Amino acid sequence: MRVLICVLFFCAAAGAQDIPFDSVVNPLNFPASITLGEAAGVATDSKGDVFVYTRTGHPTISIGTARPFAHGGSRLVEFDRTGKFLREIGHESYGFLVAQQVRIDAQDNIWAVDQMSSMVIKFDPEGHVQLLLGRKSESETVPARPLDAPARGGRGPAGAGQQSDIFSRPTDVAWDAAGDIYIADGFGNSRVAKFDKNGKFIKSCGSRGAMQGQFNSVRGIALDAQGNVYVADAGNKKIQVFDGDGNFKSQITGVGAPAAICISPGPRQVLYSSNSNPPEDIDSNGEIYKLDLSGQVIGRFGMAGKLPKEFSAVNAIDCRRENELYVGETGNWRVQKLTLHGK
Amino acid sequence: MVLAMLCAGSAAAQKAKAQNVPEIPYDSVPNFIKLPANLYLGEAMGVATNSKGHFYVFTRSANTRLFEFDQTGTFVREIGEGNYGFEFAHSVRVDSEDNIWAVDEGTNMVIKFNPAGKVVMVLGHRPDAVAGMLATTVGPAPPAQKYLFGRPTDVAWDPQGNIFVSDGYVNNRVVKYDKNGRFLAQVGSEKAGTGQNELTLPHGIAVDAKGDVYVADRSNHRLQVFDNNLAFKASYDNIGDSWTVCVSPGPHQYLFTSNSNPNGNGPGTWDNTGEIYKMELDGKILGRFGHASKQPGGFQVVHMMDCRNPNEIFVAEIESWRVQKLLLKPPAAKLSAAK
Repeated sequence: MRVLICVLFFCAAAGAQDIPFDSVVNPLNFPASITLGEAAGVATDSKGDVFVYTRTGHPTISIGTARPFAHGGSRLVEFDRTGKFLREIGHESYGFLVAQQVRIDAQDNIWAVDQMSSMVIKFDPEGHVQLLLGRKSESETVPARPLDAPARGGRGPAGAGQQSDIFSRPTDVAWDAAGDIYIADGFGNSRVAKFDKNGKFIKSCGSRGAMQGQFNSVRGIALDAQGNVYVADAGNKKIQVFDGDGNFKSQITGVGAPAAICISPGPRQVLYSSNSNPPEDIDSNGEIYKLDLSGQVIGRFGMAGKLPKEFSAVNAIDCRRENELYVGETGNWRVQKLTLHGK
Repeated sequence: MVLAMLCAGSAAAQKAKAQNVPEIPYDSVPNFIKLPANLYLGEAMGVATNSKGHFYVFTRSANTRLFEFDQTGTFVREIGEGNYGFEFAHSVRVDSEDNIWAVDEGTNMVIKFNPAGKVVMVLGHRPDAVAGMLATTVGPAPPAQKYLFGRPTDVAWDPQGNIFVSDGYVNNRVVKYDKNGRFLAQVGSEKAGTGQNELTLPHGIAVDAKGDVYVADRSNHRLQVFDNNLAFKASYDNIGDSWTVCVSPGPHQYLFTSNSNPNGNGPGTWDNTGEIYKMELDGKILGRFGHASKQPGGFQVVHMMDCRNPNEIFVAEIESWRVQKLLLKPPAAKLSAAK
């Protein structure tokens, strides 16, 4: 029997220091033609432009046809650093149904992750589609296919999905220095899928479970400068850390149920992780943790609620600047820009 | 014969209505609302005025939409176009600071817009589309949750800004939140019931200056009054089915409730429904006005009223796709014939 040694186990949170902070609520000026609904994704590019992928408008199933077809329900918009609206990207895109996340890579490409079309869409900085991962289902199953149903044509352990780029309610995307792509997949599957920078499938790791290397819901993913992969698993209340080949390295617990995570760039990287409350309960949880990459908690801030400096169902954190964060909430329909104070 | 029995059954379910109620004469302002070309009202679910005399209409058209009009009925603007919470309008109300609150029973959301039309708070949560359509529940509703609604119907506030939501078609309760949206209390539950502190389809809500809460307990054929902590105070059951309620502001407040004619206009229903009652807060009936009819001046399923001026009543009707402005006159000496 294989014995696991050198498993680092961090038990952090209790008594973590509060980090003082200020917030600007909704710093982004939406044009009259676009309203901010649930702020599922928020991310900045190297110029400081802010991108929001929001659930808005009318998610629609069309009827009177042989099968029910899904349309609309989410939009991707760009603002400059002052909050001025610049443009909409992917207007009426085939893949925009239920916004889940937006991330910006090192070349300022814009990646949208859609939970319902189960697609990850890469736009170049001009806003043209450059690479697609996954494929939207041709039609919808009504009522919806249960979460634990096997992926179409899937084989292997429960929740592992196919060894391919067919996702089931994916949640997040990240890249290593070589440009290889890591997809958190997601709510329906419980795996991380890796592709090369051209979108060719390499491998996928994980299946549903609570053991090491298994996941319940894969809610977020982030990489550090060494290429370590941090996988937020809210269902199992931990962040697992893997190397780029999917080998388990360590895990972080004691920070609630990690949903949104972010790793800041630069020589001294830090990790943010949100213990997001579900939208149906604002009376507990909701705080965000700041950790060093070894998993030690530096501090925490915020709580669940509807006021400024409170959070409801944080789904996205942008930490391109370590102490100037953008936070997207789905329980409140808003983006907050946070300034953290202290050391 | 079968028909007669059905009618008898339906009449028996309703409590005896007040007799010899003075009839309040009124005029309906002709062609009141002026819509620009290519803009139409569908079912007029909600109407509410603000302090400047502008009014808002929440309507079910191809999409659910929220329109603002000025005092003259001229279209001003649309609010919340493309809003994620707009699928199936139910109510619009304006609070004391002229914030506009929309209640949508298709998304289970209560949405607060500031006077500029920006979303500043949301209550409830729209089920994620990715979870698919839920089958219509058969059997008992699941336990009501503090921050989720089941087809909510209406919203009101007390003078402190606490928020009261009637909820609704799936749950059968009224929920109280503080002004920041934190749960405080509820009366009723997911279960329908006919007793005190029980509700069956709470369909409208209003709060007076003392903070007492008036709930249109529609399918219980009554209006229930609760104190500010949602403890039972009184039940008014001589006014037919209370579809919607309104409490006027000012030193002498009045209570209005509509015994709206049922959707579908079944045989005989026009004979004993369609009227609106004007009452003292303690339940004393002062008069009644209106009747079921498809013509202007009559009502086709009044869904909501605005009574900021108790002599100028706005009514929104489901089945005539219109909003009327009614100018009430002093009551006639003549009493309406008992029906």
